[in-house]
Amino acid sequence: MGGRCGAIFVALAALALVPAVATVAEAPFYIGLFARIMVFAIAALSLDLILGYGGLVSFGHAAYFGIGAYAVGILSYYGVNDGIAHFATAFIAAAIAALFIGFVSLRTSGVYFIMITLAFGQMVYFVGIGLNEYGGDDGLNIARHSNFGAALDFDRPVVFYYFTYALLLLFLFLGGRIVRSRFGMLLQGVKSNERRMIALGFPTFRYKLAAFVMAGAVCGIAGALFANLTLFVSPSIMHWTRSGEIMMMVILGGLGSLVGPVFGAAVYLILESVLSRLTEHWQAVLGPLLILVVLFSKTGLYGIFAVSRRRSG
Amino acid sequence: MAETLLETAGLTKRFGGLVATGEVSLSVAPGEIHAVIGPNGAGKTTLIGQLSGELIPDSGSIRFAGADISRLGPARRAALGIARSFQITSIFREFTTLDNVALAIQARAGHSFRFWRAARQDASLRDPAFAALGVVGLAGRADLPAGSLAHGEKRALELAMALATGPRLLLLDEPMAGMGPEESASMVRLLAGLKGRFSIVLVEHDMDAVFALADRITVMVYGRVIASAEPAAIRADPEVRRAYLGEEGG
Repeated sequence: MGGRCGAIFVALAALALVPAVATVAEAPFYIGLFARIMVFAIAALSLDLILGYGGLVSFGHAAYFGIGAYAVGILSYYGVNDGIAHFATAFIAAAIAALFIGFVSLRTSGVYFIMITLAFGQMVYFVGIGLNEYGGDDGLNIARHSNFGAALDFDRPVVFYYFTYALLLLFLFLGGRIVRSRFGMLLQGVKSNERRMIALGFPTFRYKLAAFVMAGAVCGIAGALFANLTLFVSPSIMHWTRSGEIMMMVILGGLGSLVGPVFGAAVYLILESVLSRLTEHWQAVLGPLLILVVLFSKTGLYGIFAVSRRRSG
Repeated sequence: MAETLLETAGLTKRFGGLVATGEVSLSVAPGEIHAVIGPNGAGKTTLIGQLSGELIPDSGSIRFAGADISRLGPARRAALGIARSFQITSIFREFTTLDNVALAIQARAGHSFRFWRAARQDASLRDPAFAALGVVGLAGRADLPAGSLAHGEKRALELAMALATGPRLLLLDEPMAGMGPEESASMVRLLAGLKGRFSIVLVEHDMDAVFALADRITVMVYGRVIASAEPAAIRADPEVRRAYLGEEGG
């Protein structure tokens, strides 16, 4: 397991150096780009928990991202700037939405599950458009960053960067524990053969719902971070194409690897950043790339680069 | 303890106009191997489906250990101690052989809302799983992906998983299906070794296996029970011979 862990460690450690390098190179743009990458990495790894490990193809994941972002936007609109209130509200609101959506959606499976989560995602999107008080279609400007006190001043991009970085590492660590735990084994068993799991005596619905809620809640945190990154929220971040983007990051990076989606988010957003300067049809490049990666590796970029895969334990 | 572990009364399941099982009544005593035989389409798998809870009967009742379980879902019944193997091998192909059985152990070890401790390092799951593999002769295959096992080994793994859930009743749907003579013989030995420790409902086409193992045989034809008796009586029953055994040539 040495090679794989080593490469992951180097990549994650390199993220810690981005602000320093960007400052020396006088290219602060990269601090924002990599903060954005990490925000979407958190969203993608939350989706990976249910998609990559549980086999639940949820096509409405951007809804929780949007709910988290709007939690910050709306609280801030009413003058509530406390960071803990912002993030707790984002987490809980996204969890409640996921509980409701999952409770209904998880009664279906396969293509019906994809369709119903997509439909719920679009419902949330249109609710966002209907929020005239909060800008409706035009979105909502956020006056201030979430306030975590003077020591954690989000007005300084570097501080926000490391806050996001710390959360990413935390979720990677917690995710790593969860997927190896009994709960994680159960989830992977459901993906492999749910009928067998039920025959063994697992009441799978409640566990799938728990995973669905965890994924939604963590994605809500990613949304709250996004609101702080851009100081603007609009319904477009909840559009179904956003759900598709998050899913592409997961698949590109590697389903069922947690770290893979981080790479997926990085590759996706760097390509977007580089190519969109050259052509507005940058997705014409991304599409074939995604096809190649999926054709050549079931586990995405993670599977291609981590050739030294060996079973651990 | 009740005299019978499992008892069905008037179990009926229709698919459209087809009566898959009609008024099936049978009982299984503790420790008994109760074989269910019959030509293809006789409703044997439908019967297993209703006993395991994947199918809910249209009418009739199922009592297990004195309680009515007719309306319980499959997970609840498994938790009560009814384990099954599938006609078409059903395992977790991507997992190792040991992981497969460890999941079965986990199923009986209370809830799985446990998020912290690594399951693959949990001796309370791994040790009994390894022991169960030993019982079916797969200890040497513990670390291989289950999908890479030979057909007979996969069938044995399914049996190990069923045993690992700590059942009182095993529902075995054609455990010898697709097996060569040697594999069949070793499965018969395996099942004979379990005799008396579990009640078993055995659906099987291999008549040598059935007559070697069964304490009692129920014969189904077109969804109905035409006979239910000891093996010797079944062998001698003219109606059974006409309906079924004769066609098999002995």
